[in-house]
Amino acid sequence: MTESIPIALLVEDEPQIRRFVRTALEEEGWQVFESETMKRGLIDAGTRKPDLIILDLGLPDGDGVDFILDVRDWSTVPIIVLSARTNEVDKIRALDAGADDYLTKPFGVGELLARVRSAVRRLRQPGVNLHGVIQFGDVKVDIKARLVTKANQVVHLTPTEYRLLMVLVTNAGRVVTTPQLLREVWGPSHSESSHYLRVYMGHLRQKLEDDPAQPRHLLTETAVGYRLLLPL
Amino acid sequence: MIPTNHPRPDPDALLAQVQAQERRAERGKLRIYFGASAGVGKTYAMLTAARKLHADGHDVVVGIVETHGRSETASLLEGLDVLPLKTIDYRGKAITEFDIDAVLARRPVLILIDELAHSNASGSRHPKRWQDVEELLDAGIDIFTTVNVQHLESLNDVVGGITGIRVSETVPDTVFDEADEVVLVDIPADELLARLTAGKVYQAQHVDRASRNFFRKGNLIALRELALRRTADRIEDDVQAYRIEKSINTVWKTDSALLACIGPHSGAEHVIRSTARLASQLNAGWHAIYIETPQLQRLLPAQRERILKTLKLGENLGATTAIRSGNDVALEIVNYARSRNLSKIILGRSLPTWPWHTPHLKRIAALAPDIDLTQLGLASSGLSQTAEESNAPGVTRSLAQPAADKAESASTRKQRQWHYVWATAASLLTAAITTPLLLYLDLANIVMLFLLTVVLIAVRFGRGPAVTATIVGVAAFDFFFVSPRFSFAVSDFQYVVTFAVMLVVGLITAHLTSDLRYQARVASHRESRSRALYEFARELSSVLQTEQIFEITRTFIARTFRAKATLLLPDDAGLLQPPPLALGELSKNSNMDVLDIGIAQWAFDHATAAGIGTDTLPGSHFFYLPLVAPMRTRGVLAIQPESRRWILIPEQRQQLDTFAVLAAIALERVHYIDVAQDALVRMESEMLRNSLLAALSHDLRTPLTSLVGLSESLARSKPPLASAQQVLSDALHNETLRMSNLVSNLLDMARIQSGEVKFNLQWQPFEEVVGSALRASQSFLGRHEVQTRLARDLPLIHIDAVLIERVLCNLLENATKYTPAGSRIVITAEVSGQFLEVAVVDNGPGLPVGKEEAIFEKFTRGKRESATPGVGMGLAICRAIVEAHGGAIRAGQAAGGGASIIFTLPLGMPPAMPDMNESGANIGNHAP
Repeated sequence: MTESIPIALLVEDEPQIRRFVRTALEEEGWQVFESETMKRGLIDAGTRKPDLIILDLGLPDGDGVDFILDVRDWSTVPIIVLSARTNEVDKIRALDAGADDYLTKPFGVGELLARVRSAVRRLRQPGVNLHGVIQFGDVKVDIKARLVTKANQVVHLTPTEYRLLMVLVTNAGRVVTTPQLLREVWGPSHSESSHYLRVYMGHLRQKLEDDPAQPRHLLTETAVGYRLLLPL
Repeated sequence: MIPTNHPRPDPDALLAQVQAQERRAERGKLRIYFGASAGVGKTYAMLTAARKLHADGHDVVVGIVETHGRSETASLLEGLDVLPLKTIDYRGKAITEFDIDAVLARRPVLILIDELAHSNASGSRHPKRWQDVEELLDAGIDIFTTVNVQHLESLNDVVGGITGIRVSETVPDTVFDEADEVVLVDIPADELLARLTAGKVYQAQHVDRASRNFFRKGNLIALRELALRRTADRIEDDVQAYRIEKSINTVWKTDSALLACIGPHSGAEHVIRSTARLASQLNAGWHAIYIETPQLQRLLPAQRERILKTLKLGENLGATTAIRSGNDVALEIVNYARSRNLSKIILGRSLPTWPWHTPHLKRIAALAPDIDLTQLGLASSGLSQTAEESNAPGVTRSLAQPAADKAESASTRKQRQWHYVWATAASLLTAAITTPLLLYLDLANIVMLFLLTVVLIAVRFGRGPAVTATIVGVAAFDFFFVSPRFSFAVSDFQYVVTFAVMLVVGLITAHLTSDLRYQARVASHRESRSRALYEFARELSSVLQTEQIFEITRTFIARTFRAKATLLLPDDAGLLQPPPLALGELSKNSNMDVLDIGIAQWAFDHATAAGIGTDTLPGSHFFYLPLVAPMRTRGVLAIQPESRRWILIPEQRQQLDTFAVLAAIALERVHYIDVAQDALVRMESEMLRNSLLAALSHDLRTPLTSLVGLSESLARSKPPLASAQQVLSDALHNETLRMSNLVSNLLDMARIQSGEVKFNLQWQPFEEVVGSALRASQSFLGRHEVQTRLARDLPLIHIDAVLIERVLCNLLENATKYTPAGSRIVITAEVSGQFLEVAVVDNGPGLPVGKEEAIFEKFTRGKRESATPGVGMGLAICRAIVEAHGGAIRAGQAAGGGASIIFTLPLGMPPAMPDMNESGANIGNHAP
């Protein structure tokens, strides 16, 4: 990433939403291009070389998932999708297709900017340093040593719990969907046993969170998946 | 498992027991006072018991009690509620009868009905009183009644044999056996005779005659023994039933069904009764069969009538009946027994026959060595037959064949006379034609020509004319051809051999040919019967409307049974509607025969056939057959047969039953086509509503999203707004959020109410749902303290996490709205029975008393005119969601003041979990 002005592409058919998203991003120092349709958006994505794409999933001229798959063919640009509250299935499809994050309408400006910052930072540090140490709260995960400590006490994790934590750590800050977690931790044959995942996630919280009923790091994205929230 | 020597009770027997109990629970209870003869004190005992119940405050009513002028008995009636009798006009005489409709209207708890075996005057609903009793029992009314041993159907002929007097009024044994209680009223013979002499049984003028005939001491002792034994049999059944119930398992008899074979002789009834008795002792099912051979076709009408009556008797005693046609009686019997797996065959004693004739018993024994055979002794002969010989017109050719069953008209009879004339003429013609040929032909060839004539006549006209042709032919041959010609004298003795051979060959030919004809006819009837069924089924299979079923059924019944028929279908309330068109036609064609909707309704409600040939209103002109489909009774088929006897033929009934089932299934199918169409319409309207909701939701949310974002942008704009404007923009932002929340609630409510929400049910740890709900509620929880107290090791719960999260958010929001800042909100969850019980409790002012239920209704808030925002939609949604999950929600006051809202969710059966004790070292043990 150069020091030039970052470019954002906003694919959204509603002018008023475009207006405030644009205003918010420009205040953060982004140069914003707008597309009203998906077709136009794809062209802009190819020609403007954006550093961020914000995509409304409910566009009238096509399926947002196709857009994501198309862009992912040639680019790793962060994509944040906007979606209505009741469409959890769409969100999972979009995330699995390669979107980085999602926002539920109606959403606030503060929330939007937080997601944008998080996505861009992930891009700047490509992946998590898989040989380094990750810290959230008083928990430290030493990936190389395969050692997890909380308040400097060694935490004993079972192999499955560790694998689960690793998938979340590798995608730190991002939403990891339930199907993806099942696939990566248990393998493709367990795609139906989503309650396994929830129970193991409960175990992880028991071991790593101060109050498992009010987690601060291992967050639930209800009906979509989980997110490891790292301090900004 | 503890090993046990007692085998487990047979589940089928237990199931039968349970079903019988269920039936009994709805039915009234029947208690029978059972005695050896009149005068033992049955009525007295019954009345005494009834008075006692009446004194205890039970609703006891006297339906009908015969006091026979006995003053002791009459005095017991005092103080009891006696129902008035119905007066029936019977051939100018007024007869009083028991009034069943009055009882059904009065609906007493217990009713006394004397003399169960009584026959009702014609014109009553049922011909027999025991049928009235059955209907009252079905209606749930308890009944006390009385019966003498001689009135029991299966003992009827035994008693007749003992006393020499046969009674015509009988009660089926099933009624006696299925009675809930039987009380034996017993006194020694001497005491009964003393009572008789004292005039306590019959009034003085009858005493003498009665004691001479019936009340002989020997008779009374024998009857008493019969009554005691019959009661003992019953008690044994009770013991057995008790044993099954209490699992005191003993030997359980395997089902061995019996087959009673009856002939045209008077012993047939004896066979039926004996088999019925045997079957009930063996606790086995049984069949009764009559084989009709060509010989038996020539029976007198009275005899045929008796066969049908005997079969009907068998049916009343619980048999499955059938008539089979065939040449070989033994073979037909064995085939029938084999096809129905009947292991015992019961026959009457054969009458003496020709010495070369093998008795059926031997034939059957040879054909089926594995089947048990029982030959019964002859019934005590010389008994007066009570069966009133019917004066049904005409001769029927065959019992089993409907086409031939048509009453033979005068023209047919004349036609048959002509057949004989033709036969005679043909033989004479043969003689006339062959006479000129005598020069060219040998006598042997002329004999052949005569025989050819016989064969042709036999093929054309059957046995009788063929026999005539043979005899005339032999005579003509002798007269015209054998010398001396033109005389019946015979010169050469060898011609006598010729005559004899000619006669014998002719007769055998006639016999064989007519048998063949008979076989062919039986086969063709069978074929036409199955073809009729096939065609009926095929026609019905393509039907799409009820009217078509109507028409097809009418046509086929008319064609196959030569009977007028119509269908009666129920309306939505289950009341049968007269067919508008068919009824008119029927009444037009037959001036006196009126379709009785009342009987049809009875048949429909009871799913039992009524009318001609049944136990219910046999005086009717129609036969009412309920159309019983798998799901429910679909209507009634009313048939007006040409002959009343017609409906008694088992094969006819069976085929008619099959027709009825086919029609019923077709009606049901058409019904479900309608149901499916309704469902389609409903589905389409639902789809429309859903797309409407989706569009509405999109159109409302999009501008709201803009508003939320724009108002926030305004608040964040640079340079910062002046403080007054900042306040305005914050207010704008908050109101927009409220608006957005309201719209979400409204849309959710609409979705849930329309039943459109598809639950995404997953097994969830409840802790996680609480966690995400708390996070989603952060924005308004800031000024409140929230605690969670979840029980350890809560099971997984099967819920839609998004919706339950919404419930928790709404409850939290509600708690923050109605409590001052700084209040404490506690979420608890624990297992309570089959439910997870979740409570959201605050320490605020609490709910208004008496409004705990109202707050869950739409558009209600805790207090009227409150300044606190919200339409109270949130709690209504909570209730809708919780109830859709199979739980319940309620509000109450918390222990330390404050509001408490508690909801439950069913636990269900959580799925299996993976093995938590994973093999391999824990990760933390891998020290660097």
